[in-house]
Amino acid sequence: MLKTFPKGGIHPPENKITSSKGIKKMTLPKVVYVPISQHIGIPAEIVVGVKDKVTIGQVIAKSGGFMSSNIHSPVAGTVTKLDKIIDTSGYKKQCIVIRTDLKDESNFTDIAYPLKTTITLEPKAILQKINDLGIVGLGGATFPSHVKLSIKEGTKLDHLIINGVECEPYLTADHRLMLEKAEEIIVGIKILMFALHIDKAIIGIENNKADAIETFKKIITKNDNIKIAALKVKYPQGGEKQLVRALLNREVPKNGLPLDVGVIVHNVGTIFAIYQAIQHNIPLIERVVTVTGKKLENPSNYWVKIGTPITDLVNEVGGLPEGTRKIVNGGPMMGKAIKNTDVPVTKGTSGILVISEDEASRGEPKNCIRCGECVDVCPMGLEPHLLMNLSEKGMYEKASSEDIMTCIECGSCSYVCPSHRPLLDYIRFGKNIVKKMNTSKN
Amino acid sequence: MSDSVLYSVLLLASLGVVAAIMLYVVSKKFYVFENPLIAEVDELLPSANCGGCGSPGCKAFAEKLVNTEDISDLFCPVGGNEVMKQVAAVLGKEVTEKDPELAVLRCQGGCDVRPKTTEYQGPRTCAISTMIYSGETDCQYGCLGDGDCVKVCKFDAMYMNESTGLPVIITDKCTSCGACVEACPRDIIEMHPKHKRDLKIFVGCLNEDKAGIAKKACDVACIGCSKCQDICPKDAVLMVNNLAYIDPLICTLCRKCVEVCPTNSIIETNFPPKKVKKVEPEAEANVESINLKTDA
Repeated sequence: MLKTFPKGGIHPPENKITSSKGIKKMTLPKVVYVPISQHIGIPAEIVVGVKDKVTIGQVIAKSGGFMSSNIHSPVAGTVTKLDKIIDTSGYKKQCIVIRTDLKDESNFTDIAYPLKTTITLEPKAILQKINDLGIVGLGGATFPSHVKLSIKEGTKLDHLIINGVECEPYLTADHRLMLEKAEEIIVGIKILMFALHIDKAIIGIENNKADAIETFKKIITKNDNIKIAALKVKYPQGGEKQLVRALLNREVPKNGLPLDVGVIVHNVGTIFAIYQAIQHNIPLIERVVTVTGKKLENPSNYWVKIGTPITDLVNEVGGLPEGTRKIVNGGPMMGKAIKNTDVPVTKGTSGILVISEDEASRGEPKNCIRCGECVDVCPMGLEPHLLMNLSEKGMYEKASSEDIMTCIECGSCSYVCPSHRPLLDYIRFGKNIVKKMNTSKN
Repeated sequence: MSDSVLYSVLLLASLGVVAAIMLYVVSKKFYVFENPLIAEVDELLPSANCGGCGSPGCKAFAEKLVNTEDISDLFCPVGGNEVMKQVAAVLGKEVTEKDPELAVLRCQGGCDVRPKTTEYQGPRTCAISTMIYSGETDCQYGCLGDGDCVKVCKFDAMYMNESTGLPVIITDKCTSCGACVEACPRDIIEMHPKHKRDLKIFVGCLNEDKAGIAKKACDVACIGCSKCQDICPKDAVLMVNNLAYIDPLICTLCRKCVEVCPTNSIIETNFPPKKVKKVEPEAEANVESINLKTDA
């Protein structure tokens, strides 16, 4: 019996059409739009001016506080504008626009760094470097990694969990990364284990990625103290709390963190970024993005510079097919449709999904028939139909006491609802209001 | 036969007497004193329970009026000065007179001038739309058209215009309670002083984008050209973030700015039609020349 989390969950069609496509290098974008707010928390502060020449990897926006992150120039070129550009939220946000210098060789040289396994830095220096080089959680939430790693003294930690679940349908970015950079990821894990003084690590991978599990099993030795755990395919297993429950059978308390049960969870993408930063001094300026869709000519995985407009990505795979209705930033479950293709790729973009006309529409919402499907599938054990009604009717106090804030917004309830009720829309709205209420109370 | 009737009458009568005594004792024992003034003031208030005064309902406002010593900053927008004067007479306190206000909609980006570029299929409320998206058009400042303001209006003073997709305020019914102002997540509805005959001039746009972007998103957007500021004889126009704002307290309703606005984003309401016909072709010529400039 494969491990999984016990409560709720769904199994949508996987559609991992790009899982056999190796990660290609994306053509260099002519212009990059780098938003200053690519992470959760305070936006970074711009430190370059218009017409400044920037080199690849130069800090262009400095971290605006503890809960913030540095942003580096993904290309060598000239800053042409500091302007507001529509980002994935649909609103115009501050951006640094850099025109790529096509004559600069550093943009094209692609050094194949040799694998470096010896860790030379001290734990403190490692954490400092993660902060300096702008590493954030690449699983999607873009939580600044140094915040996650700054652990108060006295906290007992016994497991480092590596999230290689990638439970979202369509996406294969983490899968390909695990296949192609397995050795680097293992070194990355060792770096974190050393920095945090943790002696056990588990890599959680869903069973539909058998090749990745095999690859890891071949590399690791007994002395590594790294375990590979195959998990049953179930969405949303990639959620921190679900993963901890599945692997260690520990329940993360509500409103708590995995830290409370002695665990720290990191995505494989983040681990690879940490490896690059610590061993080769490379800031987070590039990430793997799956560009996919059933009607696309040539869907694949790409190494994409942060700030590349999505137009470039779409052109790379052969342009938008006829009858395209939606372009989603992220996977089909938790991703968000974008307003137009000028939106740039940010640190949190794990995939671009092109959806055609026949699959893009939601059903007409009808009355709740009290079937209880949403309650069955909720991985957090909530009652989505109730939370929706409470948010709709403005009963936020009650919603708060019904634990609306523990919702992880996985969208399983909206997915299964036979009446096509907009459950998650209202729950998100309620969460927003309750969050505001809570902050004003404090 | 007659005995049983007598007994039952006696029994019921005695029960009634006992109950009456009990009620009397309880009502004396648990008597709660309420200032009779509260009921009197409550009578005067319009009983709309709209919350426009800041209190949850008219009764609560009456209590507040009676219990607060200085009521000069309390005001019932629905009843207006007349009701407040009566309240002042009853309470023997002083009230400040306020100019009557009206809600105005500071967006005129209807379907015909502001094309939809995306489609959102979620629940149709403005609050959710703003949280998730910047709306279905390219203007992230304008009206979302989902009618949260209409839903909260307790006086039936608003309706959605089907053809433009914008809410309409029926000025005769508007009591300036401010519920729509609160409900609008974009702060498009504003309270303006109700001038004589309900004359108003205001900028019907909140778009802070630069001219080109704003104009592309909406034909009647304020492009921040400052023409209205230049022509205003009273310095009533403020230019902030590529957007004009006409201070309704300074504006003397001379209508000069309306004529010069190249995008027709300044709205005038309830003015009589213009008498001078010669001005019109000139104004049109103006529009054309300026359009050319923004295009280049």
